[in-house]
Amino acid sequence: MADTVLETVDLQMAFGGLKIFERLNFSLRRGERHAVIGPNGAGKSTFVNLVTGVLKPVAGRLMLDGRDITAATPQERVRAGLLRTFQINTLFPGLNPLESMVVALCQRDAVARPSLRATARHTGQIDEGRQLLERFGLLDVALTPTRMLPYGKQRILEVALAFAMRPRVLLLDEPAAGLSTAQGVALFDQLRELAAETTVLFIEHDMNLVFKYADRVSVFAGGQMISQGTPDEVRADPVVTKAYLGN
Amino acid sequence: MARMQISDYFAHQSRWGGWEYAFWLLWIVLFFVPDSNLVLLTQILIWGLFAMSLDVLLGYRGIPSLGHAAFFGIGAYSAGFLGKYGWTEPISGLLISALITGCAGLGMGRVVRGLHGVALLMVTLGLNMILFDFVQRSTDITGGDDGLQDIVIAPVLGMFRFDMYGKTAYVYVLVVVFIVTLLVRALVNSPFGLTLRGSRESTRRMIMLGAPVDRDVTLAFGVSAAIAGIAGALLAQTTQFVAPEMVAFTRSADVLVMLVIGGTAVLYGGYVGAAVFLVLRDVFAAMNPVYWYFWIGLLLVVIVALFRQGILPKLAEKWTRFREGR
Repeated sequence: MADTVLETVDLQMAFGGLKIFERLNFSLRRGERHAVIGPNGAGKSTFVNLVTGVLKPVAGRLMLDGRDITAATPQERVRAGLLRTFQINTLFPGLNPLESMVVALCQRDAVARPSLRATARHTGQIDEGRQLLERFGLLDVALTPTRMLPYGKQRILEVALAFAMRPRVLLLDEPAAGLSTAQGVALFDQLRELAAETTVLFIEHDMNLVFKYADRVSVFAGGQMISQGTPDEVRADPVVTKAYLGN
Repeated sequence: MARMQISDYFAHQSRWGGWEYAFWLLWIVLFFVPDSNLVLLTQILIWGLFAMSLDVLLGYRGIPSLGHAAFFGIGAYSAGFLGKYGWTEPISGLLISALITGCAGLGMGRVVRGLHGVALLMVTLGLNMILFDFVQRSTDITGGDDGLQDIVIAPVLGMFRFDMYGKTAYVYVLVVVFIVTLLVRALVNSPFGLTLRGSRESTRRMIMLGAPVDRDVTLAFGVSAAIAGIAGALLAQTTQFVAPEMVAFTRSADVLVMLVIGGTAVLYGGYVGAAVFLVLRDVFAAMNPVYWYFWIGLLLVVIVALFRQGILPKLAEKWTRFREGR
């Protein structure tokens, strides 16, 4: 399958005796917007942590663009184009959005090694950071410390930082968490427009957002992937209804 | 307008402020003031440099160390041994000492980079104590409590002999401190400095931006240690004497106090803290040579209560308010 960008092969995960995934075979197609849904405790967070390398699987493999990345560190995965955002804002409270952007871009462009060359002279990164902030509607708060930004803006910055890294695969862990419905819709609209080319995998609880924006949906429950397909297929799947609503 | 401000932001951050010129000018003026206490002023510069070295770790990277005197001491003993065993040229001696201490710092960074919080404090403190004990016991190498004697330091540039009034020492230390401060200033204004601050704010996020966080901690330790080593070497060269007290844990605590009262992550906080601490210690010791630590302690409490983030950040904040208020 040439158009598969991220794939897990018989991925197995357990915490002590507690098995989370027995044999997870998940695949993400290039360019799609793929939602992962499931009730609490379904293993969604564990899945994100396995993919980003925070956790190591007990067995099985993880492939990115046909390359085995099972043993790669989180940083190596980022450099291979696998980027994530966090469910709970994980930003730089004392830096402003412009500085945060330049931090990210200097990492991406590998210019953050010790040197005496002033940040001010890295005009490429600064200009790009400004443009990104403009596209994400953060330009007016570019010089305000992140900790003083309204929550909605922080949520956008959370995504913008990952997006700045030019990801091949963008993993969004509940990007709309804590946002109002209107803000959530606005964020996803923005993403659809800005990240049209990017493969996006997102975890989301708001079913309206899921069915509106996902090309395909995977349903996790009890450490298994119980269903996968287009939003309509998944919605019609009796297994899914049972998992969510009980008998 | 907004666009201009944003494009200029980093340039503005690294531009020289008027008070910065004033700061360095003051040190030149102090040299020419009749009867100024050059010995005390030299001490302030050396302690200030030492505090700035800790600031690279604590202020910019958010890593506390309770064992920084280890690096100060390694620098001092390196310079002392060089002078004692024939390498008397001071500038190369300073560079060699910085190199040795920098390597020790990289090693220390490699050991402690996975640690946080209290564990980190304990390990840095522990290593400091081990070194202190080693220095004190190895009487045949270090002279033990008697200190390292017979250190010979040649005239600076072959011309300026270290005199008993401390004039050469003062100028020599001032020039070295100025150059090192310029280098540290450039480093913290570089993308590496910004990256250190990013890791201070959120290590988790830095990892997910692909940053080699552990490597950066090791490098920061190396840089910080090298600067501390230069401070130690300056003290050894200008006094031509090294004692185990230079490695003592109380020195680690004192430098931490100076940095905190002066203010962290503002580059000059260490110098301000050192000046306040040492001048007051001088005054209190003159009043009562035995119990001066009481007054220093009291002062610490008062300063921290009044200034919270340290003297310099508080003054900067007041000044900004004042200017915006006009």
